[in-house]
Amino acid sequence: MEKKIALSMRGITKRFGSVVANHNVDLDVYEGEILSILGENGCGKTTLMNMISGIYFPDEGKIYKDGQEVVIRSPKDAFDLRIGMIHQHFKLVDLFTAAENIVLGIDEKGQHNLKAVNSRVSQIAEKYGFHIDPQKKIYDMSVSEKQTVEIIKVLYRGADILILDEPTAVLTPQEIDRLFTVLKRMREDGKSIIIITHKLHEVLAVSDRVAILRKGEHIATVNTCDATESSLTEMMVGKKVTLDIDRSDPVDPQPRLEVKGLTCLDKEGIHVVKDVSFTANSGEILGIAGIAGSGQRELLEAIAGLQPIASGQIIFTNPKKDKPVTFFHKSMKRVKEMAAKDAFHDKEGKPMRLKGMSNGQIKAQVAAGNVLFREDEVMNLRGKTPLEIRSLGVRLSFVPEDRLGMGLVGSMGITDNMMLRSYRKGHAGFVDRKKPRELAEEIIKELEVSTPGVNTPVRRLSGGNVQKVLVGREIAFAPKVLMAAYPVRGLDINSSYTIYNLLNKQKKNGVAVIFVGEDLDVLLALCDRIMVINSGAVTGIVDARTATKEEIGLMMTQTETPAKEAAQ
Amino acid sequence: MNVWLNFLIESLAFGAVFMYGSTGEILTEKSGHLNLGIPGIMCMGGAGGCMVLNMIGGLNLHPVLVIILGVAGALAMSMLMGLIYSFLTVTLRANQNVTGLALTTFGVGLMKVIMSKLDPTVYLVGPKKIFRWPFAGRTDALQYLGVLFFVGVAIAIIASWVLFRTKVGLRLRAVGENPGTADAVGINVTKYKYLATCIGSGISGLGGFYCIIDYMASQEAYLSLEAYGWLSIALVIFALWRPHMTILGSTVFGFLFSCSSYIANIEGITVTMAAKPLLKMLPYLVTILVLIVSSIRNKRENQPPASLGLPYFREER
Amino acid sequence: MSEQKKTSVHEPLFHLAKRSSVNPVRATLIRVAAIVLGMVVCGLVAFVLIEKLNQNPGKIGDFYNCFIKGSFGTERKLWKFLKNMAVLQCISLAVTPAFRMRFWNIGAEGQTLMGVLGSITVAFYLGGKIPEWQLLILMFIAALIYGAVWGLIPALFKAKWNTNETLFTLMMNYVATYVVSYFLVIWVPSGSSTLGKLKFGKLPPLPFGNQYLLIILIVLALTALLFVYLKYSKQGYEISVVGESVRTAQYSGINVQKVIIRTMVVSGLLCGVAGYLIGAGLDQSVTTESVGGQGFTAIIVSWLANFNPLMMIVTSGLISFLNSGAAQISQDFNVSGALPDVIVGIILFFIIGCEFFINYKIVFRKSEAAGKGVTK
Repeated sequence: MEKKIALSMRGITKRFGSVVANHNVDLDVYEGEILSILGENGCGKTTLMNMISGIYFPDEGKIYKDGQEVVIRSPKDAFDLRIGMIHQHFKLVDLFTAAENIVLGIDEKGQHNLKAVNSRVSQIAEKYGFHIDPQKKIYDMSVSEKQTVEIIKVLYRGADILILDEPTAVLTPQEIDRLFTVLKRMREDGKSIIIITHKLHEVLAVSDRVAILRKGEHIATVNTCDATESSLTEMMVGKKVTLDIDRSDPVDPQPRLEVKGLTCLDKEGIHVVKDVSFTANSGEILGIAGIAGSGQRELLEAIAGLQPIASGQIIFTNPKKDKPVTFFHKSMKRVKEMAAKDAFHDKEGKPMRLKGMSNGQIKAQVAAGNVLFREDEVMNLRGKTPLEIRSLGVRLSFVPEDRLGMGLVGSMGITDNMMLRSYRKGHAGFVDRKKPRELAEEIIKELEVSTPGVNTPVRRLSGGNVQKVLVGREIAFAPKVLMAAYPVRGLDINSSYTIYNLLNKQKKNGVAVIFVGEDLDVLLALCDRIMVINSGAVTGIVDARTATKEEIGLMMTQTETPAKEAAQ
Repeated sequence: MNVWLNFLIESLAFGAVFMYGSTGEILTEKSGHLNLGIPGIMCMGGAGGCMVLNMIGGLNLHPVLVIILGVAGALAMSMLMGLIYSFLTVTLRANQNVTGLALTTFGVGLMKVIMSKLDPTVYLVGPKKIFRWPFAGRTDALQYLGVLFFVGVAIAIIASWVLFRTKVGLRLRAVGENPGTADAVGINVTKYKYLATCIGSGISGLGGFYCIIDYMASQEAYLSLEAYGWLSIALVIFALWRPHMTILGSTVFGFLFSCSSYIANIEGITVTMAAKPLLKMLPYLVTILVLIVSSIRNKRENQPPASLGLPYFREER
Repeated sequence: MSEQKKTSVHEPLFHLAKRSSVNPVRATLIRVAAIVLGMVVCGLVAFVLIEKLNQNPGKIGDFYNCFIKGSFGTERKLWKFLKNMAVLQCISLAVTPAFRMRFWNIGAEGQTLMGVLGSITVAFYLGGKIPEWQLLILMFIAALIYGAVWGLIPALFKAKWNTNETLFTLMMNYVATYVVSYFLVIWVPSGSSTLGKLKFGKLPPLPFGNQYLLIILIVLALTALLFVYLKYSKQGYEISVVGESVRTAQYSGINVQKVIIRTMVVSGLLCGVAGYLIGAGLDQSVTTESVGGQGFTAIIVSWLANFNPLMMIVTSGLISFLNSGAAQISQDFNVSGALPDVIVGIILFFIIGCEFFINYKIVFRKSEAAGKGVTK
């Protein structure tokens, strides 16, 4: 290895209040290599890179660029050292064009000449194989286009160290391939590229070396050619984990929620959900797979009554218990007619046919309460507000993707958050905090939520605990249908398993669970069926026990239309 | 001269008060700060200029020097006010609305105390003729178009050019739209916010000075300054955050605001006393209308800067 | 040693960090320190502005003494101080529900003025024609309606089209001013446009105690009511949820538009009450200056109290205390009546600024030590 070290970090430590985000990290980056920084969510990958790019300043430690000690106080210092970072949340001004965003902040002598910028942008694009329209406004762009703008922005500044934070999270596989091609070309050009990721196969596919972080500490840096998925996982999580999630067979699945031809438009009139039809059965977990922003959020919100529906139906079947037939409501003739249509059943659930029985025998059977029937309530939820849905007696729980921005009130304590969906109970004008408090205490105990108290604002809790509070509340509602959007995003392994177990428990209780996930391994291991959506349309529903990752991946990406970014 | 033309010119001259005020406020708002202290700043600008004129009154200086010194006094005082505002809202991240209101309370009060101590025969009578160059002495409305009027128009046009045609303007707009992004590309957000607020305050302050010394040129002028300050904030909305639009907007405002007293002087038109307040209400009603229409149309380019009113803290987690 | 020197040059001197929790004792100490510091600066400014003090610096003791004298000097002054405080408190209460919803209603000035106008309109037209008690009730109702309507208009547009409420309510203040001058021109055609004290429609004082006692008690009751409303009622809960996140509110089934409109009507109604207290309780007249900027001061009072009605008693008391003190100074030292604004402004700068030291800490860097943060 005759490669030159481009950047090195020694003894880097960063704290946020009492939380240690990085502890004593040493790291080297060579010229002309792709280095992956691998670690679970919340292990301090992004924080570490933010210190190289000048967003944060380390509490301790030193950074060397090309052997010289440097101090990076601001992003400008980073740029001056030819270091550029592409953040996960793009740092672009929506109102500006691509070119304006690219030149923003550059100190160049002479006039403000956007024409010259445009031609230089095109040059860079050509060199590495991007496609870009410099005149296009950011608010008109797809996610992938925005990412291209970000990368060119960094290249335009002449960066030779590029840091990409989770660059593939929002891209289709084709776009990922294209990105990796571009990155490899940059490597050949002598640039150092650092990719922050938690996806193992991408690490193995594109990088030369992998640095693994765990709980803020640097565990090891290995050559990719010496690594395997299992060795990396072991280093990443600290112990061997099997992705075997318990999966029981569905018991007596009955249609619970039927969605027929559902279509939603966004504000600009673009189809975000296109003619989606599916059935969610009781006692079953239905997974929804798709690239981020393919309409998952809109679909769930439409079902929950939070999104206007252009066309289609949402049929909810509310199961009722068996009731004995009486002659109080029905005449003998009617009973016979209905029996002929298999409307009745006996206590074992077998169809009860009264054919051949005399009226007396029938009367005796009915009087004994042996003739049972069930009339499920069937309701159309289309066009109903969340409140109307609830007042119909439909127990529909929803764990939204945006926990603190939608599911919970960040500044309120757990008790007050418990009331969020139930505070209207009772006719008095005042809220009753007694029951919510009991529920809060129960959830803290049952789900092992670590919090200083029931009234500590939930915003101060860690991501896993926030999610436990939210899922706990939605389950306490005793739902018939439970929808969960990315319920384990950002959670550590242990919390994730807590959530999987909770979902499985609901499934066993006969709840129809809808699980929107991003990790295909998890979807395949947890769900019974998986529905794949792509640009708002269903591309297939498969059996999770037999389907393969490749099969689903292909369905996620069949068309070329770029996925519209989900509004933040 | 034709009465209507006369009226138009006077509207222009009157409007220049708001033109200064709102050009300054636009610069500040473009950096993401809603400065409700503008009325106070305009008052203090006027007071600062008059204080200097009061001091140099007996010296018999060259007219150009008098103008420069007066303007410098107005700028210094109003930029000092801007500095207080930016220190509190940028460095100390205080609530912008509350800070602005406190600044207005303070500025209006302090101006009244200062002005009550100055001698109008010194700061007003002599300098008035100098500031009304080149039309001093005329009896028609042209007399109101003094040096500072033309400076004001120039400032509005230059401000637009800087905002929309230069690198500095691009950066300033980026700061107001998305300070996190601006910071990430190496723009010194704090510096831009300070500069925009202080320069903006200086421009607004000149408006106060212009109003006292040139347009109204009376010793009671300062009493109506606060109201003109609020009207300047209204004009920002009317101009859709574009400084050059304030030239047109201020004329309309000036027209509406002064027509109550002016229109009665025009032959053939009689206005009842009761109609006057209703006419004076018009600029505010028109502003509300613009605000409503632009919110209904919801065009991205016509909205307030996206981060308006929000403090920026880089290490926020 | 030389290496240490080198790094200390490179590293930033200090950086800021947000405090994770606020220590109430510390916060109170900081606020008190800020007020004391503000008073010192006021003294310095006074030396420049007040000629008598300038010529005779020994009078600085009198200067500070005026604050006590202004509010507590005589029993009459004390009651006047309490009355001013009550009116300010009432308007501050009025802006609070909207602020808790993060609806930046800076239109309390106009809403209150409309409340005054409403009650005076009734008194002007019906005064003497119907029994006094009926008149007072009608005046109250009119004040409520006028205030509520003035609050409702911007809320409707906010709810429907998300029209910027700060700018809208600001404009509504001036529209209200000219509505008042319009009616003054109509009622007083002589040209002076000044309406004298009306003979009818005066809120009678309680049979015992001071003439202002009734107003003070009404405001105290309102304070308690609003505290309970915000903290314990379902509507208060909804206001907090909407203020935190509109999306969360929609998710939980709250009709956000309805809450915005309802809350602004509540704010408007409370402004109407304040207007009634001014119109029927104190002035028996209306001018464009009837509210005199208290609508704006109320915003500061409410914010300083962190939108807590009980805390507002302290903050409105503080502002009123400064106002009466400064008014006493202008009287005793024979300076412009605008002095209170200057003094209140200076103190406000310090209180506003000190919030920063409560919520953030400055971490100074030490090059040799292992980055131990020194907090200030």
